[in-house]
Amino acid sequence: MAQKPDAAELKEYTEAADAWFKENTVRDPGFMLPLTFMEVSTDEQFDFLREWQRKVYEAGYLGASWPKEYGGGGLHTDFQRAATRAMKKYDAPIMLNAIGNGWAGPLILDLGSEEQKQKYIKGMLNAEDIWCQGFSEPEHGSDLGNAQLKAVKDGDEYVLNGSKIWTSLGDRAKYMILLARTDFEAENKYKGLSFFLNPMKIDGISTSRIKKLTGEYGFVQTFFTDARISADCLFGGEGNGWSMAMKTLEYERGAKVKPVGGYFVKELDVMQIVELAKNSMRNGKPLLDDPVMRDKMTQYMIDIQALNLNNTRRRMPQLMQDKPMGLPLMNKLARTELIRELTEFSLGFQGTKAGYYVGDENAVDDGYWHRSYLNSFSATIGGGTSEIQRNIVAEHALGLPKTR
Amino acid sequence: MNNLGDIGTTEEQIELMDVATNFCRDKSPIEKVRALMEDDLGYDPDVWREIGELGWLAIAIPEAHDGVGLSMAEVVPIAEQMGRNLLSTPFGSTTMAAQALLAGGSEAQQAAWLPKIAAGTAATLALREDHGDWDLGHVASSGKETADGIALSGKKQLVRWADSAELIIVSIELDGNVRFAMIERSAFPDGALRREAIIDETARSFELTLDGVTVAADALFDGNRTRETIEKIELAAGLIHAAEMTGGSQAVIDYTLEYLKTRKQFDKIIGSYQALKHPTVDNYVEYEKARTHLYSAAHSWGEQGRGEVAVRMAAAQAHSSYSRAADRSIQFHGGFGFTHDCDAQLHRRKAIFDGALIGDAAYQRSKLAGLLFD
Ligand SMILES: Cc1cc2nc3c(=O)[nH]c(=O)nc-3n(C[C@H](O)[C@H](O)[C@H](O)COP(=O)(O)OP(=O)(O)OC[C@H]3O[C@@H](n4cnc5c(N)ncnc54)[C@H](O)[C@@H]3O)c2cc1C
Repeated sequence: MAQKPDAAELKEYTEAADAWFKENTVRDPGFMLPLTFMEVSTDEQFDFLREWQRKVYEAGYLGASWPKEYGGGGLHTDFQRAATRAMKKYDAPIMLNAIGNGWAGPLILDLGSEEQKQKYIKGMLNAEDIWCQGFSEPEHGSDLGNAQLKAVKDGDEYVLNGSKIWTSLGDRAKYMILLARTDFEAENKYKGLSFFLNPMKIDGISTSRIKKLTGEYGFVQTFFTDARISADCLFGGEGNGWSMAMKTLEYERGAKVKPVGGYFVKELDVMQIVELAKNSMRNGKPLLDDPVMRDKMTQYMIDIQALNLNNTRRRMPQLMQDKPMGLPLMNKLARTELIRELTEFSLGFQGTKAGYYVGDENAVDDGYWHRSYLNSFSATIGGGTSEIQRNIVAEHALGLPKTR
Repeated sequence: MNNLGDIGTTEEQIELMDVATNFCRDKSPIEKVRALMEDDLGYDPDVWREIGELGWLAIAIPEAHDGVGLSMAEVVPIAEQMGRNLLSTPFGSTTMAAQALLAGGSEAQQAAWLPKIAAGTAATLALREDHGDWDLGHVASSGKETADGIALSGKKQLVRWADSAELIIVSIELDGNVRFAMIERSAFPDGALRREAIIDETARSFELTLDGVTVAADALFDGNRTRETIEKIELAAGLIHAAEMTGGSQAVIDYTLEYLKTRKQFDKIIGSYQALKHPTVDNYVEYEKARTHLYSAAHSWGEQGRGEVAVRMAAAQAHSSYSRAADRSIQFHGGFGFTHDCDAQLHRRKAIFDGALIGDAAYQRSKLAGLLFD
């Protein structure tokens, strides 16, 4: 573990990061930027964000606390936190390679071989290699353990057949973290699964785009037809796929963090909502004069402040003794549901204007709120639905029995 | 928005949390809580004495007045554990009275009473009236200057633990202004206190008749500091009650979980049904929010502006999460939930009472809205 910085060092670094993001952040490239890594639709969005990530990495503000020998900065995580704060402050664009940097990367750093770390980490950080995740299948989403995509060993290769769906960045990715079934006779469904670091640009793998409810693209269905991959792509050993997938999800759901830097999903700025409310009218008066709206808005402020402070509290073991897994496990559920409610609430401010969407000159803030609301479901469904999250909190933090 | 609080802890807080956790659990098993509900006094005098000896009443009193010289932040973990274990004593009302005295009392008044309180003497506040308004500035009882001093009239309600308190701080209207007066309980005639039937059976509360009582002019707090005194009382009350309610939320959630893990219907443990499981998770999430706000409020207590925002957020969140967790707990206990024997109702009642004393979640939010948006 790198050394904790003293106050002066950290201050110097923070000032440098602030100056860099102030200087280099482009907020409006002339086209609509995605709110999350999952909504990268067009080539121009993709190229812009890939270039942005490379630039941030080269400036030393992405992967700053990852090990130096694999391309990281080798610094203490406090430095990375400071850099991320600077990005937020200047409203920097999101990081593109979320699946690589957010979950596959930490997994490989934690459990991969020396060779795998050498091979994959740097390309993730500089956005040379985009990653995607092949977990969900058309018939098996929440019931991930039931995944059926077939991986049959043939000499020193595996032959893949089946389909994955809702694959974010699937048409852009070079690698996929893939959950497949290697043993159909295993004593239970979980034991037959294996985990692969799968190359995407090979014969037998194709994708087709799926249009989202926002009107954007960003995820695909992926088809595997006798696709052959090297047996070296197996990760974590045959039959250990479930455990690898669960470890990945710990990162995806925020229960574990290895902060790479930046953000993959644009955070909502509450003050923007307050502003919107202040500028909206109801019965000829400012909306925030309406006691019902004031009350609701206040409750949302209380909720947001609690969730923000939870992030600090979860690093304070003295205040976490009772149910130590509680805060880490509830974070995704609470935050994503709140954003959904809050963005929906904001539509109600707009009166007649709530009828407009992105692209119309009459739309409030270019339709940002509608798009945010529709987009908010990506987080309440993706990475495990809120209902599944409730099961997880109930079973792992509160000790309630499994739902069967 | 830079008037939002932050979160942090002090070493003393953490130490007190450990001590209070053990003490309150050991001294307040539920059978004892239930036995005390039938008791006139309503608490165990030995436990109250021990609380005094532990110095808990002295925590937020300055060293100059024989206190420990810490702040309300360090009172929080104690009140939290008291709420968690339904350990009722005059601790909260005495602490609030001391804070009122610190905000509005003269040097002489502080010197006369704070050392006694620090050593374990109970005190209380008499602020509520028949109009039912939570606004502490809305005072109907009054004082009139006479040759002998200030003659009081009116009635105060919800005066907690008044029969145990040696000192009662009363709000009155005098010459068109709100003023606070310190009165020894012994100065009231027999019959001035009527025990009220209150919803929280673990607490004791009284109606206090002021008529016929005259106090000396030097019993009044400084008239220039009324505003500050009201603010301080509201904040101290908000913080202590937020702590008690947060502890109570934790207890009622744990109590519910116990049942959900043992009770079977249709050959299954009922906790495996999502109709019970999911709302329990939601209540738990609300509780964790309350606890985070509580420690943020403790941390921000002394800060102008931020302190009030943080305390009101904590009070609002604690009241709503406590109320909801206890309400669902009654439901999730089925027929047993409807009985007096089920502890869920003790918590539901306490949440109602606490809200009645300091203002419920909606009231706290209405105050917050002004601080946040205007
Ligand atoms: C924007 C977006 C991006 C995504 N990106 C990826 C990706 O890159 N890679 C990938 O592999 N997957 C991805 N997903 C897929 C996502 O993980 C699944 O959609 C999700 O796990 C739900 O599975 P499902 O769609 O099959 O819904 P289902 O599992 O069929 O769920 C339908 C409904 O039933 C409920 N439900 C299901 N099981 C239970 C239960 N046990 N208890 C209570 N309720 C239950 C669900 O909550 C939901 O409301 C993405 C999804 C979205 C929305």
